[in-house]
Amino acid sequence: MNASSLSFRGASVTAVIVVALTAVLAIGSLLPASSPIQISPFVITLAGKYLAYAMLALAVDLVWGFAGILTLGHAAFFALGGYAMGMYLVREIGARGVYGNADLPDFMVFLSWKSLPWYWWGSDHLPVALILMLVVPAALAALFGWLAFRSRVSGVYLSIITQALTYALMLAFFQNGFGFGGNNGLTDFKDILGFDLHSPYTRAGMLFLSALILAGALLASRYLVGGRFGRLLIAVRDAESRTRFLGYRPEQVKLLVWVFSAMIAAIGGALYVIQVGIINPGEFAPANSIEAVIWVAVGGRGTLSGAVLGAVLVNLGKTLFTAWLPEMWLYGLGALFMATTLFLPQGLMGLRQRFTPVRPSEVTPEVTDPEGGTA
Amino acid sequence: MKTFLAAALLCLSFALPVTARADEDAFSGLTTTQFNVIATSVSQIAQEGGPRALPVLRALSDHKLFAAKEGDGLFIQTDSGWQDARTGAAATPDPEMVRPVRLNNHVRQAVAAAEAQLQLIAGTPAERQAAATLLYQRHDPAMLPAIDAALGKTDDASLKTMLQDARAATLLTPGAPPSDEQTQRQAVATLYAAGGLDARGVLTQATTSEALAPATRKDAQDAVASIDRSLRLWGFGQDAFYGLSLGSVLLLAAMGLAITFGVMGVINMAHGELMMIGAYTTWLTQRAVMSVAPSLGSFSLILAVPAAFLVCGALGILIERGLIRFLYGRPLETLLATWGLSLILQQVIRSLFGPTNVAVITPSWLSGSFHLGGLEITLNRLAIMIFAIAVMGGLMLVLRRTSLGLEMRAVTQNRRMAALMGIHTARVDALTFGLGSGIAGLAGVAVSQIDNVSPNLGQNYIIDSFLVVVFGGVGNLWGTLAAAMTLGVGGKALEPIVGAVSGKILILVLVILYIQRHPRGMFPLRGRGVES
Amino acid sequence: MSTDTLLDLSHVSVTFDGFRAINDLSLSLMPGEMRAIVGPNGAGKTTMMDIITGKTRPDTGVVRFHDHDLTKLDEPAIARLGIGRKFQKPTVFEALTVRDNLLLSLKGLRSPFALLFARKTNEEADRIENLLRTIRLGSSADDLAGGLSHGQKQWLEIGMLLGQEPDLLLVDEPVAGMTDAETMETADLLREINQTRSVVVVEHDMEFVRALNVKVTVLHEGSVLAEGTLDQVSNDPRVIEVYLGR
Repeated sequence: MNASSLSFRGASVTAVIVVALTAVLAIGSLLPASSPIQISPFVITLAGKYLAYAMLALAVDLVWGFAGILTLGHAAFFALGGYAMGMYLVREIGARGVYGNADLPDFMVFLSWKSLPWYWWGSDHLPVALILMLVVPAALAALFGWLAFRSRVSGVYLSIITQALTYALMLAFFQNGFGFGGNNGLTDFKDILGFDLHSPYTRAGMLFLSALILAGALLASRYLVGGRFGRLLIAVRDAESRTRFLGYRPEQVKLLVWVFSAMIAAIGGALYVIQVGIINPGEFAPANSIEAVIWVAVGGRGTLSGAVLGAVLVNLGKTLFTAWLPEMWLYGLGALFMATTLFLPQGLMGLRQRFTPVRPSEVTPEVTDPEGGTA
Repeated sequence: MKTFLAAALLCLSFALPVTARADEDAFSGLTTTQFNVIATSVSQIAQEGGPRALPVLRALSDHKLFAAKEGDGLFIQTDSGWQDARTGAAATPDPEMVRPVRLNNHVRQAVAAAEAQLQLIAGTPAERQAAATLLYQRHDPAMLPAIDAALGKTDDASLKTMLQDARAATLLTPGAPPSDEQTQRQAVATLYAAGGLDARGVLTQATTSEALAPATRKDAQDAVASIDRSLRLWGFGQDAFYGLSLGSVLLLAAMGLAITFGVMGVINMAHGELMMIGAYTTWLTQRAVMSVAPSLGSFSLILAVPAAFLVCGALGILIERGLIRFLYGRPLETLLATWGLSLILQQVIRSLFGPTNVAVITPSWLSGSFHLGGLEITLNRLAIMIFAIAVMGGLMLVLRRTSLGLEMRAVTQNRRMAALMGIHTARVDALTFGLGSGIAGLAGVAVSQIDNVSPNLGQNYIIDSFLVVVFGGVGNLWGTLAAAMTLGVGGKALEPIVGAVSGKILILVLVILYIQRHPRGMFPLRGRGVES
Repeated sequence: MSTDTLLDLSHVSVTFDGFRAINDLSLSLMPGEMRAIVGPNGAGKTTMMDIITGKTRPDTGVVRFHDHDLTKLDEPAIARLGIGRKFQKPTVFEALTVRDNLLLSLKGLRSPFALLFARKTNEEADRIENLLRTIRLGSSADDLAGGLSHGQKQWLEIGMLLGQEPDLLLVDEPVAGMTDAETMETADLLREINQTRSVVVVEHDMEFVRALNVKVTVLHEGSVLAEGTLDQVSNDPRVIEVYLGR
C-alpha cells in the first residue's frame, strides 16, 4: 500500500467538503434572524478564522510533513500577510477615522507624523496590498531559507532560529516607531473595495471566498507534493545527502517549498485580518507558531487533509474550552501536545492505518539520514 | 495681655518704620513672607553661627518653625509644645496667632547650604563629610569664608581634600572674589585631580568665565577634554559591567540547557518553566522562613539555593522518566511534547499562586551599591555574576571529577558501549536531566532578584537561552560562557546607540545570521561523536 | 600519467584534527576498468570515496575526472558529471516505492522547477522497467523501499546508480551482510555493469574480490601499499604484515 497516494486523493475530497460546508454556513447566515436555522455572525467569524488557520496549518505541513523542516516561526509569514492586508484596510477607512484625517491612519496622527512613511506608499490600492502580501513574506522566506539551507542548517537548529526570527519581528512590530501601529496594531476597518465589512453579505462572501482559496491552496499543494517534485521532496526529507549524490541540490528543493509555504501562510494571514478585523504584533508570538505545529501534528503530518482537519478541530476545541472552562484550556492544549507526540505520532489521519504495522522509518524520518543533516 | 503686647509691638513698628530696630537680628528675616528675605536671613544665620542656628534651620526645613502673625516672635513646635526659637526656652504662643514659615526651592537650597556650613563646624565626622560634599557640589562663592574657616580647623585628611576641592570649585565660579592667576591655575589642577561630572561642570563654566585669567581658561579647557576622555572610559567600563551581569543571567539560564540539550540532545522547551519554578521556590522559601523565624528572613535566599536545586532537579527527573525517555531519538517530537508540558506547568503555577507577580524580597545585604573608581557596582548584579561563575565552576567539577560526570560523558559518546560496560544508562539519563533542571532552578533563584516573578517568567528566557547554547557551540560549556557574555555585552553596547528594543532585535538578527553561516556555533565540537 | 585515464588522484592528502586520513595518495583508473580496493579498517577507503564524490575536500593534491578538477566541485556537480556512489549502509528513500526511487535516479532533470512540471515519459517508463529487471525487483516495484530486505535494498541502490548512467561507479562494501548466494549474484551483477562502465569496489570480503577477478589496490594508512592481481598482492610480504599484524 502506498501511504502517500491516500492523502493526495484525500486532498481533493477535503477541498470539496470545505467548500460545501462553508457554502451551507454562508447561506445560513443570510437567512432572516427569525429563522430557526439562521447562522449567527459570531459563527461566521469563527469559521473564517478557522479557515485562515487551516491555511497556516497547510503551510506548516508542507515544510514539516514533506520537507522535514520543523518551523517554529511560520506565524511570522502569516502575520506579515495579515499586516499587508491590514495596511490596505486601514487606508480604506480614510477620513472616517477618529481624527478624520483622510491621508494618515489614526495611529500616525496620534504619533503626530506629518506624512506617510515610504513603505506605506500605494497601500491604498488593493492590488498593491495583494502584491505586498505575497512578495514581502516570500522575499523574507527566500532570504532566510537561502542562507539557512545553503549552510545546511537543519533539524532543531533550524527550528530554533525560525523561532528567533518571529520573535525579532514581534519585538520590531511592537515598537511605535516601526510604523505599523505598535501595540494596538491595525484595526477598526470599515470596508473592502467599498463593501461594508460588517454587512452579513460581505461576511458570507468573504467566508465563501476563503473556502475557495483554501480549496485552491489544497489542490496546488497536492500538485506540488503529488508529482515528481513531491517524490524528490520526500527523498530530501528522509535522506538529504543521498539526493546530493544523485545530482540534486536539496537546498533548492527546500527553498522552493519553503517560499511557497510562506506565501500560503501569508494568504491565510490576509484572510484572517479581513474576517477577524484586527492584526497586532501578538500574532508574531513564537507560541502561535508552535500552536500551528500542533494542529498539523494532531491532524497528521505529511497528509494535506490532516493539516486542515487538525487546524479546525483544535481551534474548535479551543473555542469551546475557553467558553466553558477557560482555565482548563492550557491544560488541554498541553496534554494534547504530549499525547499526540507520545501516542499518535501519525495524527488522526494515521488512525486509518492503525492496523497496518507502522515502520520506524515512517515515524522518524529525520533520524534516518545517515550522513547527519548538519554536517 | 498677649493681644495687648502684640498690638503695642505693631504700633511700635508703625511708629518707627525707617530706623533699624534695636531688637532686630538675623532671625527677624524669617518672620517675613518674602522668600528672598527669608533666604538671605538663612544665610546670615549660618554666617553668624551660634547655638540656636542649627535647631532653627532644622525646624524650618521640617516645617516646624512658626512666626507670630504680628511682631517678630519666632517659635519652634516640639512634640511637647512650643519653644522660643531664639532662646530655646519654653513658650506659649497662641496657636491662632502663629503661622508656619514657608519654604520654596530657593529657601530650601539656602537652608541646605547653611546647614552644611554649620555642620562643618559642629557636626559629627560623617555630617561634616556630607556637608563638605554639598558645598563642593554647590560651589557658592558666598560660602568661601565658611570653607576657609573649616579648612583652618580640621585635621581630617579626607575632609580636607573635599574642602579643598570645594574651595577650588568655588574660586573658579563666577562671582567669586578675584584671585591671582597662580591660585586659579592651582584650583584647576585640584579640580582636574578630583575628576567626575561636578568638576567637569565647574571647569566647563570656567573656560568661558571673563573673571579668570586666559591661562586659567586654557588649563580648564585641557582639563575638561581630559576628564571627558576618562569619563568615556569609565562609561565603557560601566556598560561592560552591565553587559557582563546580563551575560551572567543568560549564562545561568543557558547552562542547564547546555546539559540537557548539549550533552543529551534533548530539546526541553519547559526549561524556562523550570527557572520559573525555581523563582517561585525562592519566594516560598522566603515566606516560610519569615513565618518561622522572621529574624533570619534576610538569609532565606541562601536557603533557597539548595531548595530550588532540589525541587527543580526532582521535577526534572520526573519529567525525564515520565515523558522524555519515550521520545529519545526524536528531537522534534521532544520539542513539541515539552512545549506542551511548559503550558501545563505555567497553568499549574497560575492556578496555585495567581496570574500576577509575587514579591520576592531582596535582602539588605544584596541591596545598594558601591563605587569602584568611576564605576557604580550594584550588589545584586555583582552577586549574580559571582553566583553564575560559582555554578559554572561547580558544574565543571561535577562533569570532570565525579563518577556521574564520567558516566554522563560515556553515555553521550557511545550509549551502547556504555551500557555494555555496565553503566545503568537509564539512571544516568535521569540524573543528567535532573542536573540540568536543577541548574535551571538555580537560575530561577538569581532571576527572582532582578526580574518579575510571574507564571510567564520562563517565556522571557527560553529563546535567548537556546540561542546562547547554539551560538556557543552545542556541548561546549566554555562556548556557552563565551556566547552568553558576547550577547550580554553586545546587547548593552548596542543599547545606547540604537535603543534597548532595537538593540535586542539587532542582536537576534546577528545571531541568526551567524548561525546560518556557522551552524555549529562559535566553538564547534569535532569528531565522530557529534555527527548526528 | 597518461592523458587517457578516466580518474586520476595525485598526491592527495587530508587531515582531520591532526589525524592524517589520506597521505599522499596517488591512484589512476582507465576507462572501462574495474578496480577493487582493499585494506584494513582505517586505511582511508571511505575517505577516498568522500574525496572523489566531493563530500570531503582534500588539503592538498589534485583529483581529475575526464578534464574536470573534482576538488573544485560539490557533490551534486560531481554526480552530474557522471560519478555514482553506493554507500556502505544501503541508503534508499524508504518512504517512496521502488519505482519512484528509480525514477528519481534517472539521468536527466535535476532542477526542482523543471521537476514541478515534469511528466513521466514512455522512454523513462521503459528505462525503469529495464532497471527493475536488472536488479531483479520487478515484483516489488510498487512496494515501499522501506519494506525491502537488506539485500534487496543493496540491489535497489545499485539500480539507482545505473539509472544515473554514470561513467564511473563507486561501490562501498556491496556484499556486507549478504548471503553467499547473494554475494555471488552481486559479483555477476557488477561484472555485467562493468561491460559499459568503470567501477571502483571497496570490499573486505576476499571471496567476493576473487570472484570479481580484477586488479586490486591495497590501501594502508592513507596511501597505496600494493597494487596488482589478488594473488600478487596477497603474496606481498608488506600486505601480509599489515593484515596479519606485526
